[in-house]
Amino acid sequence: MLGSTAGLPPATLSLAYLVAAVLFILGLRALTHPRTARRGNLLSAAGMVVAVGVTLLWFEILSPVVLFAGLLVGAALGAWLATSVDTTDMPQLVGLFNGFGGGASALVAGAELVTRLGPTGTATLPVETTTAAAVTGLVGGVTFWGSLVAAGKLQGYVEDPLKYPGEDALKAAFLAVAVIAGGALVTGIDLPGALATATWVPSYWVLVAAASVLGILLVVPIGGADMPVVIALLNACSGLAAAATGFALDNSVLIVAGTLVGASGLILTVVMCESMNRSLTNVLFGGYGTGAPGEDAPDIYEGNVMSTSPEEVAMLLNVARRVVVVPGYGMAVGQAQHAVAELATLLEASGVEVVFGIHPVAGRMPGHMNVLLAEANVPYEQMEELETVNPTFAQTDVVIVTGANDVVNPTALSDQSSPIAGMPVLHVWEAQTVVVNKRSLSPGYAGIPNPLFTYDNTYMLFGDAREAMQALVTEYKETR
Amino acid sequence: MGFVENLTLFVLAAFVGYEVITKIPATLHTPLISGTNAISGITLIGAVVVAGAGHSTLATVLGFLAVVMATTNVVGGYLVSHRMLERFRGRED
Repeated sequence: MLGSTAGLPPATLSLAYLVAAVLFILGLRALTHPRTARRGNLLSAAGMVVAVGVTLLWFEILSPVVLFAGLLVGAALGAWLATSVDTTDMPQLVGLFNGFGGGASALVAGAELVTRLGPTGTATLPVETTTAAAVTGLVGGVTFWGSLVAAGKLQGYVEDPLKYPGEDALKAAFLAVAVIAGGALVTGIDLPGALATATWVPSYWVLVAAASVLGILLVVPIGGADMPVVIALLNACSGLAAAATGFALDNSVLIVAGTLVGASGLILTVVMCESMNRSLTNVLFGGYGTGAPGEDAPDIYEGNVMSTSPEEVAMLLNVARRVVVVPGYGMAVGQAQHAVAELATLLEASGVEVVFGIHPVAGRMPGHMNVLLAEANVPYEQMEELETVNPTFAQTDVVIVTGANDVVNPTALSDQSSPIAGMPVLHVWEAQTVVVNKRSLSPGYAGIPNPLFTYDNTYMLFGDAREAMQALVTEYKETR
Repeated sequence: MGFVENLTLFVLAAFVGYEVITKIPATLHTPLISGTNAISGITLIGAVVVAGAGHSTLATVLGFLAVVMATTNVVGGYLVSHRMLERFRGRED
């Protein structure tokens, strides 16, 4: 790693990096329970302070103004974003931060190459270093631009999903350009003309540019409900880019920390894919949920759907002993979490057992529903995972589904040809009564009808999630 | 350190990561993403060195941009995780 030492004995730097790596691991381990999670976050942050602090002390800083200006601007921007953004916009913000990590890694690897190759031009770097830099540029470029597109989609700035003919060929072409540029960087082959003598290492920046376009092309065709997978995968990429930078700079803590993040993101990606019973390839390239809605499917709803009113549901709740609430993205869109939480509190005060049954891919990022409910003061003991809540539906009097559709579709179990066949779903129909709050009978993301709505024990409570839940709260207060 | 030593660290960290992360409940997956995200901002230490070394104008400019992005990631990531985790309360709290 470049830079010169100042003062401290040589081993202190490595030891401080070891301390930082241990703090990161302890911090993650404390995230295994909500009770210790906050302490874990602080431990992890302490590790970062140690790593950055010792780096600032260790290396001779010849341009302190530039460096501290960068630190101040970044800290102010990060603090402002983290404190001013609403909880409902959390998926976009998390996506954006992912991109910043990947982008920073790509720039660091580039600056390292410029410094070590630039002045002499002919200096040859070890193959490991240039390969690691090439991987950083590729992953970092894809992560930065992919994250910006994902955040743009979640914010509603980018059309969703955007499909066009020949998209796979276009992606392959840009990947090929990136690979060729990476090959030129590693083998040291001269580029044509003036580029060959340039001191800014053109092959690396060609690689980064191609990776940037590739990142945009990869995320643009992916639909909103697949965003939990995309966010988890970009999270993994931001870590892997940092780890690759660690190889390029020969830095231990970058490798350890980056790899931990990469492992975390990849595990979440696998969990999300399994929760939809789809492969990662299918999510990234599958074109799921883009079929035209209502294509010649027989209308299964005609005459078979019973609709209900808040008054009737309040009466059902009055005689219930156990209620399960199943929230979906519709709850987030309608910002209904506070009304839902209030209803749960009222029910509990009347001695009703209330549980939230949360599907892993409900919402737009892993754990999205849990964050919204926690913000509305729902205790974490009340939020149950699919495996825990599914066996309890048979002993449940009323299930309230609000803003969810595909995750409660029985077709996943019965129809092998369905696009959601084999997807783990919440068996809400096993309860005595199911109340489905939805704006209309329109299909969910998978674009298929839901026979649950026609079941004898299902009642539809049509309307916006927040309005319906608020009406339910009012009715329940009056009748209980 | 040589390439093989770095590879050793990479492989061992991957195993540690797998063991730790698989035990984290789904309810904390969003804070996990934002928290690990902040950890990936560790690239800041590389950015600090290139921005502070004062080699060439280009390297300094690249370093400056990297410092801004990585610091945003670190500070924003930890703060947003903290903000979310503060809301996760049990019945007894």
